[in-house]
Amino acid sequence: MNPDKRIKAALIFICIMVLAAVFAGFISPWNPLETDVLNKFAPASLSHPLGTDHLGRDELSRLLYGIRMSLLSVLLISASVVALSFAVGLAAGYRGGIFDAVFMRICDVFLTFPTFILALFLIGILGVGLLNVVIAIVLTHWAWYARMVRGLVLEYKGQGWVTASRSLGTGKLAVVIRHILPSVFVQMIILITLDLGHMLLHVSGLSFLGLGVQAPTPEWGVMISDAAPFIREHPMLIIYPGLCIFITVAVFNILGEALRDKLDPSYVYRGSGCDGPASAVEPEAR
Amino acid sequence: MAYFIIKRLLLLIPILLAVSFIVFFLLRFGPVDPAYAYLTQSQIPPTEEALAQTRIELGLDRPFPEQYLSWLKKAVTMDFGISYVTKRPVLDDVLYYLPVTLKLTGLSMLFIVFFSVPLGVYSALHRDGPWDRGLSLLSFAGVSFPSFWLGFLLIYVLSLKLGWLAPFGISSPSGYVMPVLTLSFMSFAINMRLTRTSVLEHMGARSVVYARARGLSERNVIGKHVLKNSMIPIVTSLGMHFGELLGGAVIVETLFALPGLGRYAVGSIYSHDYPVIQCFMLLMTAVFILVNLAADIIYAWLNPKIRYGEAG
Repeated sequence: MNPDKRIKAALIFICIMVLAAVFAGFISPWNPLETDVLNKFAPASLSHPLGTDHLGRDELSRLLYGIRMSLLSVLLISASVVALSFAVGLAAGYRGGIFDAVFMRICDVFLTFPTFILALFLIGILGVGLLNVVIAIVLTHWAWYARMVRGLVLEYKGQGWVTASRSLGTGKLAVVIRHILPSVFVQMIILITLDLGHMLLHVSGLSFLGLGVQAPTPEWGVMISDAAPFIREHPMLIIYPGLCIFITVAVFNILGEALRDKLDPSYVYRGSGCDGPASAVEPEAR
Repeated sequence: MAYFIIKRLLLLIPILLAVSFIVFFLLRFGPVDPAYAYLTQSQIPPTEEALAQTRIELGLDRPFPEQYLSWLKKAVTMDFGISYVTKRPVLDDVLYYLPVTLKLTGLSMLFIVFFSVPLGVYSALHRDGPWDRGLSLLSFAGVSFPSFWLGFLLIYVLSLKLGWLAPFGISSPSGYVMPVLTLSFMSFAINMRLTRTSVLEHMGARSVVYARARGLSERNVIGKHVLKNSMIPIVTSLGMHFGELLGGAVIVETLFALPGLGRYAVGSIYSHDYPVIQCFMLLMTAVFILVNLAADIIYAWLNPKIRYGEAG
């Protein structure tokens, strides 16, 4: 399929998910927190389309509410990563000097940690909870992006159109905002979209470990760990939330790859088939 | 080459120092007071007096640089303090759990290298063939699959439905089969795809066109000119993926109830057992750095440009 069609399909799917998340209160047949112990592990029926879980809560309603947590956390993480890495990377790349040198060393240290382990460590310090998971993932990802922004800024700084604008007397800040930022932004959008799925996997993985979203809040990773003891008799309770994570991550990945193919066709042959922060191919290395 | 390796080993010292400083700094200035965590874990009510007493005991009353230096001195001699929970030396506990984690991640790495690279090469050489399409689909699924979900699916199908493997534990070597599959699937998928891209990229290189023009056999061209060069980015990527494996091991050990370091660390996070969390973090980072050093050395061996560039 050509990239335009893939982007359209993925965006339509994401829009439907956003709508489902926003209107979860209207379309869910039941309250996701309402327990009904007499009716636990109910099979699929008209009133409970996907059955109920070990506390008699409606599975479909919990899955629908689960979209909220997933989208919200991914949105928060990616927005914060973009903001942070832009601020630091632009400043370092454009100003250079000591600020840049110090910044590069800090990044180097962050990049030596294995990301998921660093996230665990930060949660160990900050305590469990969704917000702390978001903070931990932002702190473990920003350095990759900041370095990328810095590298791109250095690359664009020497381009003809930037020099031309400088020679016309445009101020430093104006040059950055008008001529460098837009180009860097396009690259960042591609990279962050490629990483969205990875981020969601981190969030749900941490929730699965019991370190992120806390029960009884409906979240897909938590639902899987809740259903784990009943895997023999009720495997569907694990399959549904897992399928939700898988499909969401897959759609994010389809969108990211399609955007990459459309906006930056050279990327395909630059040799990075890796999604996740490890894909941060340094622009300097080109 | 020896010069290159010695230089890289010496570079490890400042990196490890910086890492240890950051880890120490973050723990000391986190929102939870270590003295408070210590007391609650020891079942002592955290009164003002007890807190003050514990702070002196743990050395938290001294200025920060002094605390760091005295901790560093001990850490160099492999003394990481006493666990708040078990009251045993942290290192003993950690070394008890470490072998399972290393075995799990090591086996997964072997699995990834032995399967993703040949399959990626095969895919590239038979581009757009049925196998290539199938493997591309598999690698797309791999990058989107939550590992913990895969683990449960494997348990359900292989253990509960087919009865081939024991669902949990590692009483027999076959106990590692499902954990290794679960842990390596994503990195396997990513590296297979990367191998395919890298090989395709190098097939179009000028040196390859020239080698063909010289009339070298196809086998010679692929073996000598394409494969060796296309392995360069893959070695780096494999090194980076070791970090993903160490992180993923935490989830996989919890899922399959393996007595590994990751599962132990998750427990320590719940109980605010700071010395353990600290030691876990440092040890995992050190392992990751060493694996990447090994990857760098292989990289330099494959790519003389780097070797001489760095050494000269």
